[in-house]
Amino acid sequence: MDTSIEGNRGKPFRVVVEEGKVREFARAVKSSNPAYVAEGQPQATSPVTFLASSAFWQDPENSPWGDARLNWERILHGEQEFVFPGPPPGAGTELTAEARIDRVYEKEGKRGGTMTFVELVTEYRDGSGAVVAEARSTIIETSQAPGS
Amino acid sequence: MTTWNALEVGTEGPSWEDGPLTVTDFVRYQGASGDMNPIHHDTEFAQKAGFPKPFAVGMRQAGVLASWATDWLGPANVRRFKVQWREQAWPGDVLTYSGAVTAKREEGGQRLVDVEMVVTRQTGGTHLKGWATFVVPD
Repeated sequence: MDTSIEGNRGKPFRVVVEEGKVREFARAVKSSNPAYVAEGQPQATSPVTFLASSAFWQDPENSPWGDARLNWERILHGEQEFVFPGPPPGAGTELTAEARIDRVYEKEGKRGGTMTFVELVTEYRDGSGAVVAEARSTIIETSQAPGS
Repeated sequence: MTTWNALEVGTEGPSWEDGPLTVTDFVRYQGASGDMNPIHHDTEFAQKAGFPKPFAVGMRQAGVLASWATDWLGPANVRRFKVQWREQAWPGDVLTYSGAVTAKREEGGQRLVDVEMVVTRQTGGTHLKGWATFVVPD
């Protein structure tokens, strides 16, 4: 892994917390909580892990990985954290998200071989510029495929 | 809604059962989230990567655990939620979601509880561990 990617930033992107997507996502994570799935009004808050899905709908320029080559057969999603200064954003909220590679470090694996840890942080800001959510993913590249 | 006085260190939320898991559950989450990695639904692809068959999307169970926690402590009250994945979950697995309060504290004029959670497979193996902080109304 090329450790020089630490500090890389993706181009900021717009995220709209959409009412129908919130309902669809809540159902997919087995929630029947009216706060997320009641019809007839936009939800006041979105599900805790909802914003993680925003990354899958972006263009390559929004990603902080740049030209870093990852061997996807050796990648594990080790840890995921969400921090909210207040309630998670409600449906209809327009956010601006920016992803960055916050840390890259290595550890020796228990069964030998070096593991590379990459911490990817995405900050979500509202129209006033205040951070309303921060998502931190820890990605682990192992020295051999996890399935082997 | 769970109140401050009703929560003590050691108070457990009502546990949930999820399963038996199906590939359809994984696909439903993949469609909702946009994560279309074929390793979770394409047997041939999973086998080429060295797995016997497709396995569960880790973020799905993280989301179900969050659903469990917010049903207990309130969707608007969550301030921090973290998960760590351990062993894979597979089609056919029956998962149990549970957790308990590990601390009650006041910070910046707010009453907070920390909870520790776990998602266990029917084998007794741990699929994921979780930690969360919620504000608690009076």
